[in-house]
Amino acid sequence: MSSVEFRKDLFADERDDNLNEIGKPTIRQDIIGHVTGRSKFYDDHLFDGLLHMRCVRSPHHHANIRHVDTSAAERMPGIRRIIRPSDVPHNINTLLALINFGRDDEQLLSAGRVTYKGEPILAVVADTERQARDAVAAVRVEYEELPHVLDVEEALKPGAPTVNAEYPNNSFDYHDLYDHQKLRFGDTQAALAQADHIVEGTYQMSPIEQAPVETCGAIAAPEQNGRYVCHTSTQALFFSIGVTAKLLDMPSSQLHFIGGTVGGGFGGKVDSHHEPLAVLGAMLTGRPVKYMWDRTEEFRVGAPRGAERWRIRDGVMNDGRIVAREFTGFFDSGAYTRLSSYAIIKGTGHLPGPYTIPNVSSNVYCVYTNRTPATAMRGFGITGVDFAIECHMDKVAETVGMNPIELRILNAYRDGDMKAHRRVAKNCALIECCQVAAQKAGITLSPEAMAASSKEGGGIGWRAEVPETAIDDMGRIGDRRNREIPPEPYGGATQRGSVPAGTRGEAVVAAEVQDPDMQIDPTRVGHAVSQAVGQPAPPTPAPQSGAPIPAPVPAPAPAPTASAPPPIPAPSAAPPPQQPAPSAFAEPGAPAQPQQPYKPEKPFQRGVKRPGVSRFISGTRRR
Amino acid sequence: MALHTGRGFACINYPIGMNLGGDPSQALVHSTPDGKFKVTLSAIDLGQGMKSVTRQIAAEALGVPIADVYVDTADSDTGPHDMGSFASRGTHRMGNAVIRAATEARRAMLEAAAEELEVNAADLETDGKGNIHVKGAPSRSITVEDTAVAAQFNQGRTLAGRGIFLIPPSEANADTGEMSPVTTFAHAALVVDLTVDDETGEVSVQQINSAYEVGRALNARLVEQQLIGGAWMGVSHALYETTEPYYPARDHMPGDFVEYLQPGPGQVADHHIAILERPAEDGPYGGKGPGEMCANPVIPAVANAVYNAVGVRCDSLPITPEKILRGIKANGGARPQGKF
Amino acid sequence: MPKTPIRFTLNGAETGVFANSGANLLDVLRREAGDLTPKQGCAQGGCGACSVMIDGELHLACLTLAETAEGRRIDTVASLETGARLHPLQKAFAEGFAAQCGFCSPGMIMAAKALLDTTPNPTREQVAEAISGNLCRCTGYEPIINAILTAAAELRGRGAA
Repeated sequence: MSSVEFRKDLFADERDDNLNEIGKPTIRQDIIGHVTGRSKFYDDHLFDGLLHMRCVRSPHHHANIRHVDTSAAERMPGIRRIIRPSDVPHNINTLLALINFGRDDEQLLSAGRVTYKGEPILAVVADTERQARDAVAAVRVEYEELPHVLDVEEALKPGAPTVNAEYPNNSFDYHDLYDHQKLRFGDTQAALAQADHIVEGTYQMSPIEQAPVETCGAIAAPEQNGRYVCHTSTQALFFSIGVTAKLLDMPSSQLHFIGGTVGGGFGGKVDSHHEPLAVLGAMLTGRPVKYMWDRTEEFRVGAPRGAERWRIRDGVMNDGRIVAREFTGFFDSGAYTRLSSYAIIKGTGHLPGPYTIPNVSSNVYCVYTNRTPATAMRGFGITGVDFAIECHMDKVAETVGMNPIELRILNAYRDGDMKAHRRVAKNCALIECCQVAAQKAGITLSPEAMAASSKEGGGIGWRAEVPETAIDDMGRIGDRRNREIPPEPYGGATQRGSVPAGTRGEAVVAAEVQDPDMQIDPTRVGHAVSQAVGQPAPPTPAPQSGAPIPAPVPAPAPAPTASAPPPIPAPSAAPPPQQPAPSAFAEPGAPAQPQQPYKPEKPFQRGVKRPGVSRFISGTRRR
Repeated sequence: MALHTGRGFACINYPIGMNLGGDPSQALVHSTPDGKFKVTLSAIDLGQGMKSVTRQIAAEALGVPIADVYVDTADSDTGPHDMGSFASRGTHRMGNAVIRAATEARRAMLEAAAEELEVNAADLETDGKGNIHVKGAPSRSITVEDTAVAAQFNQGRTLAGRGIFLIPPSEANADTGEMSPVTTFAHAALVVDLTVDDETGEVSVQQINSAYEVGRALNARLVEQQLIGGAWMGVSHALYETTEPYYPARDHMPGDFVEYLQPGPGQVADHHIAILERPAEDGPYGGKGPGEMCANPVIPAVANAVYNAVGVRCDSLPITPEKILRGIKANGGARPQGKF
Repeated sequence: MPKTPIRFTLNGAETGVFANSGANLLDVLRREAGDLTPKQGCAQGGCGACSVMIDGELHLACLTLAETAEGRRIDTVASLETGARLHPLQKAFAEGFAAQCGFCSPGMIMAAKALLDTTPNPTREQVAEAISGNLCRCTGYEPIINAILTAAAELRGRGAA
């Protein structure tokens, strides 16, 4: 038997526990529907004359499609329509076009080439599911098999087969500059050189299926006035509308999407693959069409939580303080981008985990391989690196001979600490969680560890400061096509520079309410609020992305030790001189361009205001 | 041949809401003529309890009984835009949008009541039971129902509100990774106790002791659902689940629930949870969103406990009996590390 | 496609349908008889979401040939309510927060019903065993086991009264 207790004694001064409804164990609004079986999931909408859709899929990891023969399938009973790539009005998209991130790289139905086992190339619409299955089996496709690559690090090597035509180097292009996302805070290399111990580890996540008990799917039907209704299992209703409107090149006003009661998602129902195909089927046949994965498709062609590989190298002092942490991460995106590129930025913002470490660096790669594209799953971008970090923390504890919980409390982040992504930590509670969990398990911690607090000891001296930071230009887009370059931070760098201590922009907070009537009364929020909350957001804070690397500072590579030694943390260390936050990145010096960087055929487009893009999308998200 | 006990620890924090912002949520609230409130959204309930938690938030912000609030989602013809249920953004983003919409509707409601009671709206408060009364004078009151009737049929006033919540979009820096990822983090720490059979390599999770910090548990039982179920999924990820058992090879992909392994109801470990609440400044009533983070600490804690039990570091998931047995063999036998 | 007439008693009501030859009982219940309470999670017999009772015994509707239902008594979760009153199992699931997405609940409740029909005072282990063919991806099973034990106690109390 399990148990739940509330530790109301902790942080009690920050809460009003006498709210009217908040906190109550009110039964779920939807529960009676669930226990009577009357909750309407997408497949619980009956339509007369419902047609069923199944896809013809690639049996190869990588192949050219030489010839498709559907003649036998077309003659089979009950076949209403065979949908081809040319039937898709705007057959190219990337999921994150909705926030103007990345380039369109994936077709709804693929023409010409297949790049993973299970990639859909045709959709068959028939009176019954059985007939659709039989017709799929009767389609003859002639393939020319091509070399494939399945391992992320193999894929980055020169000469690896290109998986994704839009990203010919097998890695997502970050900021139009690098083949990976960088994080640089302090100087890990100098700090590692001075550490008492170096602790290294490599960690590998497996691809994992979200496996909701309800499989992904959608039913679309013609509605009145040229509109289409679509009952869907999507986790993101307007995301799916946007994708459908774009792929089918139709105004979103013609789409009526209904969902909201979903049989589990866990991240696997964001990809919006079923909705456009079901609506297209309804458009082409004039009939209601259901496109629903069977369980085997869910496991094999449904996008899994992608595998991640992480390498960590820590510099640790004898007393357990971690003074440097380097990450090298590889996200296996599969054949297309979907959401992996963005999860990497989320993961990068998470580093080095919930700890205050004065020198942190990381290189994370979104790698294309010939496998089922990966997508979101519960904890996306974080779960894999947390597995790595927390296994690694135990290795560190073993190396220095410390209790693993005390090691974490020693290094834990606290209110006021500067995080590696250059924002100040607040609202921390890691130390308290460690103390309570240990208590519950009957583990005795040292008096110092039990006395520690997230509210005390943070934001003092070096802990509050942004250190001078060593930067590098390694891994420009396309470089890895020509020569093998170590993937680690600073690996193989030819140019080094530095960013002055104290360099950072302001945090982005919630937009102000548009109307004073919406401004919640501070006495009714139920918790302590600082004055900042509810005030207008500071104007355009974050530094420009894609800005060229600053010109190398006078102290040239490769000896980074000269002027500013990395702050090895010691409680008595004096804080480095306070520097105003200059926008070092916004003022480009002469960009260092040691060699002509790779240039894609099409210029990098953050915007999606291009022909063929849905009128639905009015995103102005990215500058 | 023996069963070895092992203990493992892990702690994590988790970013709440879509990374780098730019993910708006909208909500509409309006009253029926008899003072019942409809909340209209496009948010998705995939089991996490979106309909229920927004209902509670709306009732709290309006100051009316929960029974008088109903949440309608997700029909794109009626519900305004929402980015979706992912990235632990549902409670944080939509909860805030609902608060704002409900706050605007509450203002209108208090103004309508003030007109009926011939007092200043600023002097009114709700009792959460369906009444509006003058502060300090409970007898000078009007019901929410009478207020709604008066507003609609006498005053010509809507009791309605619109809400949107947005963390404006920002970017990561190419050279340093500087960014404003999210505005708040949830936290967790846990201890896993398990046994490892050094003959079969089988791992059996015996007990989990955990502490989860969730900002505020908006509904105590909904939070409990996430934590118990999420920890179960963490155990499942750690020990069983994979679509490619010999990754990066693509052989042996499971095609059904017989081949895709998960712990069954007979393998449920006792899980003793402590819930901590340190409200997020910009969270709805301080709430953060426990749904995603709950599985994360379990996975490394299981890995660390396996090492503690038999001295085998399984740095690749899942931690199968095969990997454990190969590790024990390579070490020349199980090497228990001793409890900490 | 040839259609086969099939007659059975569904939740106490005489029912007749014309089913496609070879159709499974789950499709026939959902599409032809209009009882949408059994869910399709896999159509492979692996998840239990389609669990129904046939002549008082628990079966997976997705693996049952519809023609074999001829003349049989079929009960789905829709048979449990009496008027507007929830069955103790449904009540215990609702009050015990034993469902999240709710997709597995109808099958899960039928598996529990099958257990309690024969074993009114089950142990925890017996409950776990009884629902071991029913997958839930949300709850971690524990609240479900607790709810079934709660319902069993309530049903025993009623029997005694």
